[in-house]
Amino acid sequence: MSAAIYFFGRLRSHAGGSLLCIFAIALGVALGVAVEGINRSALGEFARGMRTVSGAADLEVRGPREGFDERLYGVLGHLPGVGRASPRIELEAKLAGRTDALRLVGIDIFQAGSPAGTMAARAGAGDRFALLDPDAVILSRAAADWLGLAAGGRLAVQSGLARRELRVAGVLEGLPAGQRLALMDIAAAQWRFDRLGILTAIGIELAPGTSVGQAQERVRALLPAGLSVAPPLAAEERQAALSRAYRVNLNMLAMIALLTGALLVLCVQALAVSRRRGELAFLRAAGMTPREIVAWLSAEGAAIGLAGGVLGVAIGYAGAGAAIAWFGGDLGAGFFAGSRPALVPDAPSAAAFVALGVGAATLGAFVPARAAALASSAAALKAGDVGREANRRPRALPAVAMVACGVAIAFAPPVGELPVFGYVSILFLLLGALGLLPWLAFHVFAALPEGVRAQTMLAFAQLRAAPGQAQLAASGVLAAVALVVAMAIMVASFRQSVENWLAEVLPADVYVRASVPGQTGHLDEAAQRTIASVAGAGRVRFVRNAGVLIEAGRPELALIAREDPAHSLPLLARAAALPEGVPGVWVSEAIPDLYGWRIGQRVRIPLAGAEHEFVVAGIWRDYARSHGAAAMEADVYRRITGDRRASVAEIWLAPGVPAAEFARALRAAFAGSEPVEISESGAVRARSLAIFDRTFAVTYGMEAAAVLIALAAVAASFASLAVLRRREFGMLRHLGMSRAQIGRMLALEGAAVAVLGVGAGLVAGAVMSVVLVQVVNRQSFHWSLAMTMPLAPLLAFALATAVLAAAAAVLAGRGAMNVDAVRAVREDW
Amino acid sequence: MRRRAFLCLSLAAAVRLARAAHFAAVRPGIPLVFPRDQGAHPDFRIEWWYVTGWIDSAAGAPNGFQITFFRVAPGIAGDNPSRFAPREILFAHAALADPREHRLLTAERSARAGFELAGARRERTGVWIGDWSLDQTADGYRARADAGTFALELQLARSQEILPQGEAGYSRKGIDPRAASYYYSEPQLRVSGSVARAGRSAGVSGLAWLDHEWSSELLSGGAVGWDWVGLNLADGSAWMAFRLRGSDGRTLWAGGTLRAPGGASRALDPGELAFEPLRLWRSARSLAEYPIGMMLRVPDHSVELRPLMDDQEVDARRSTGGFYWEGAVRAYEGGRELGRGHLELTGYAGALRL
Repeated sequence: MSAAIYFFGRLRSHAGGSLLCIFAIALGVALGVAVEGINRSALGEFARGMRTVSGAADLEVRGPREGFDERLYGVLGHLPGVGRASPRIELEAKLAGRTDALRLVGIDIFQAGSPAGTMAARAGAGDRFALLDPDAVILSRAAADWLGLAAGGRLAVQSGLARRELRVAGVLEGLPAGQRLALMDIAAAQWRFDRLGILTAIGIELAPGTSVGQAQERVRALLPAGLSVAPPLAAEERQAALSRAYRVNLNMLAMIALLTGALLVLCVQALAVSRRRGELAFLRAAGMTPREIVAWLSAEGAAIGLAGGVLGVAIGYAGAGAAIAWFGGDLGAGFFAGSRPALVPDAPSAAAFVALGVGAATLGAFVPARAAALASSAAALKAGDVGREANRRPRALPAVAMVACGVAIAFAPPVGELPVFGYVSILFLLLGALGLLPWLAFHVFAALPEGVRAQTMLAFAQLRAAPGQAQLAASGVLAAVALVVAMAIMVASFRQSVENWLAEVLPADVYVRASVPGQTGHLDEAAQRTIASVAGAGRVRFVRNAGVLIEAGRPELALIAREDPAHSLPLLARAAALPEGVPGVWVSEAIPDLYGWRIGQRVRIPLAGAEHEFVVAGIWRDYARSHGAAAMEADVYRRITGDRRASVAEIWLAPGVPAAEFARALRAAFAGSEPVEISESGAVRARSLAIFDRTFAVTYGMEAAAVLIALAAVAASFASLAVLRRREFGMLRHLGMSRAQIGRMLALEGAAVAVLGVGAGLVAGAVMSVVLVQVVNRQSFHWSLAMTMPLAPLLAFALATAVLAAAAAVLAGRGAMNVDAVRAVREDW
Repeated sequence: MRRRAFLCLSLAAAVRLARAAHFAAVRPGIPLVFPRDQGAHPDFRIEWWYVTGWIDSAAGAPNGFQITFFRVAPGIAGDNPSRFAPREILFAHAALADPREHRLLTAERSARAGFELAGARRERTGVWIGDWSLDQTADGYRARADAGTFALELQLARSQEILPQGEAGYSRKGIDPRAASYYYSEPQLRVSGSVARAGRSAGVSGLAWLDHEWSSELLSGGAVGWDWVGLNLADGSAWMAFRLRGSDGRTLWAGGTLRAPGGASRALDPGELAFEPLRLWRSARSLAEYPIGMMLRVPDHSVELRPLMDDQEVDARRSTGGFYWEGAVRAYEGGRELGRGHLELTGYAGALRL
């Protein structure tokens, strides 16, 4: 008990350092908790949405986004073992006059054995036929609130370029909060949204006593190409897979932040332990075993970790709530568009993050504690012996081996489509760099010149004589700088690549579309003719965006039907010659990774319910869809599917026609229908880059946090050092040094430490960035990036960090300098 | 006349939606043609095939049963070319009255016609929702309904000619001649087949009554409900009688047909028949009070109707929002059992929303 009072009391006595550590751990934990919490909520939201609509279905048949032939419903409904088949058509109904969409589900109220169906009956004010009215729609509470509509209101949506007014026949209460959803009669939805003959899903309830597995096989045997049948849960898994790489990457950033926090704990605890050497030695003399001392000091770290972890969970959930309210459930990445999920705290995952925080802090405390406990008690009892043990000549070999390991591991293939070894490699590289730092510090400081002025001489002498503390401060700087540099290079490479790519994929002057692809707006043939006939349009090309399901377990592939894909895509490789009579398909980089397709290979793609043979004619770069995209000739697509609608029109203006003038003419041509979206390519580029920047906003925040933690580590190190060196400062004042000179000495020491850390961090970060770009990015998102070194910003950042570190050192040392010189010399004697 | 709170309540809503839809009108003097008129009549808004009867199992006491199919055209599909367009909605209802249960076992199905999963054939009786069906056969009908807790699989063999109701099948429902239906019955159907309870199937035999009726405009104003009875008498007679009640309980309109054992039938004018309540039963479920014991007065006869069991109330709130009583009854005259049939009592649990 008394030991507990002593050790934990000590945390209070250097409260500043402890608080910093708690804050650092909290930051790492908070980031992890926030990422996890946001994603869990978004996924949970999606899952509840699925269950709301699919209800008690044992199996669910799904097709591509564009749907499948409804006659399958009749076939499945008659299948032995099928108790009830419930057809659905799910649409992203574009809201008229807005750019966003509402999820609209067409159901057969007589077949829908789902909560939504039952509630729809209730929401129609007891009128079971209310939903049969072709203009009736029932809104979920969240959708009604979002749109400001009540029963009897009018919901205006867009189909193609036509406006459809629907009557709100009722509002569904009792759906999970945040669920924005509209229900309609299936026949009305097919009719009003020009999807006659099309379904997108069929839920199947099995007759009692039917085996799910056998029924699944029987259903599968009947499915046209491109459709899948699975328990409804599989859709949730597929949605989880969609955002998995993004999520894992964010979690890894949180782990790196936690690691930086652990380093800070190490800095603070190492110096705190050094300062308490005398006390610890006394405890040993009083009978405490080294093991007990290590345990108690580690417990101090654990206490810091626990406090930081709990604080971090609180901050994390608060931040996650704010982020969901601000960006939506995917932090702006676009995986869960249209949902505003409620945050769902999850005790096990919160506990796991607290445990990680405790573990990191305990580890940070354990390392210096062990060093202190191993030191001879007799030597330590003697006052004034500060940190001499660190002066053993450091060895480089283990760290070099670690770096070599890290490099080798980077070449390992992904595990479960995640870049696990990429992260392990980065960890090894970072640990290797940290391990190399003492060796580097020893040699760099040894090579420092003698110095001319007194304060320079003293500063260099101090660094040479006691590199231990300096190393700790430098370690924090190294880790933070390495993280920032690696991320900065990766993001810069990514951004530059995307910018170049945008220029290639947006060659036309003006782009016209009816809605975001996937929503219910489209350009029908009349609209296409109108666009082509507008004065000022030179060349016009129409692009159709659709989706196709190649493998049941994977997210849908984006399908792009356009003219001349061979010359309008940023190709990385092309087939030397194409066989006669087999149409070509140009696939994005992800496809070879995910499906193993190679150039020249003949592949089968399910279109319009049947498989069609294509030959892989080229591979192109696509930063828009990490789950793969396939492009084909528009003629081929139209011939096979009969789908003549277009999603986007690309327009090259006639010479001398200003884009604004053309846009005016186009708007006039479409007067009377819903307005088309007209964008100049420059604006599209700017918008795309803005989305890119928003997506990476999270990483910028993490980088800033890492730098803050590193600066805190420098400040903590120097604050503790300054306390230890009070006698030294007092002595120097006695010897006639001015306070300004001591300040300059400290600044010099701080700058030297910072330059060492920053320099090493720059190199380590550059190496790590290569792994991030070539391994982590490639394996996570299946696209290649061209490396870009943002040299000027990096150097500016390095300089700023060094200056800030020096300033932190001076500020931290000022407190010590203020102490009365005479008292300072007498202290501890 | 038949049918039911079930129909009327759900149809009330459909009728409201049936804005601009035009349906065929029921007119007198148009002869029924069989088997064509045994099939569905899509030009009319509502139609039903209604089988009620008594069955005796080899071992147990007699049970009542009903299997009914309704076809409704909500009239809102308009020109929607979708195959899912709700041109016709089908409802089915099955019930088993076993005195040992002290209440009805009931189940229901509903679906929109289409994809061969549910529908009503035009050329002869053939109406189905999934595996529930009523089909015309060479000598009668076959009815199937598997509700899980009980299942009926019955053959209904014809023993008499078809009995057109009203004026050769034109059955008036009120003073307004447009309030009418086409209506014929198939009395004295010999029942054979099986009834399954809790997975155990048993052979049964008995006697049933089929009504087939279609119309576009059925009810005259002011009616809050009706009483209907159909009786298969032991001597081969078949009697049907109904009355429509106003909110004060008085009879607004009445009608019926008495077929003698030889086949000669007589249509009854509104003044020629009367229902007189003898015994009231209050449902704890709906708090409605039903006259489940009745004196039916027709020319030359006064018969007392006594239920097989008291609680034959149907809770149709989940589908349509109402209660009614539809039960197996015995007919007595002078203490002697004349025969058996079904009595229907609607509009007692609050006025029908029409």
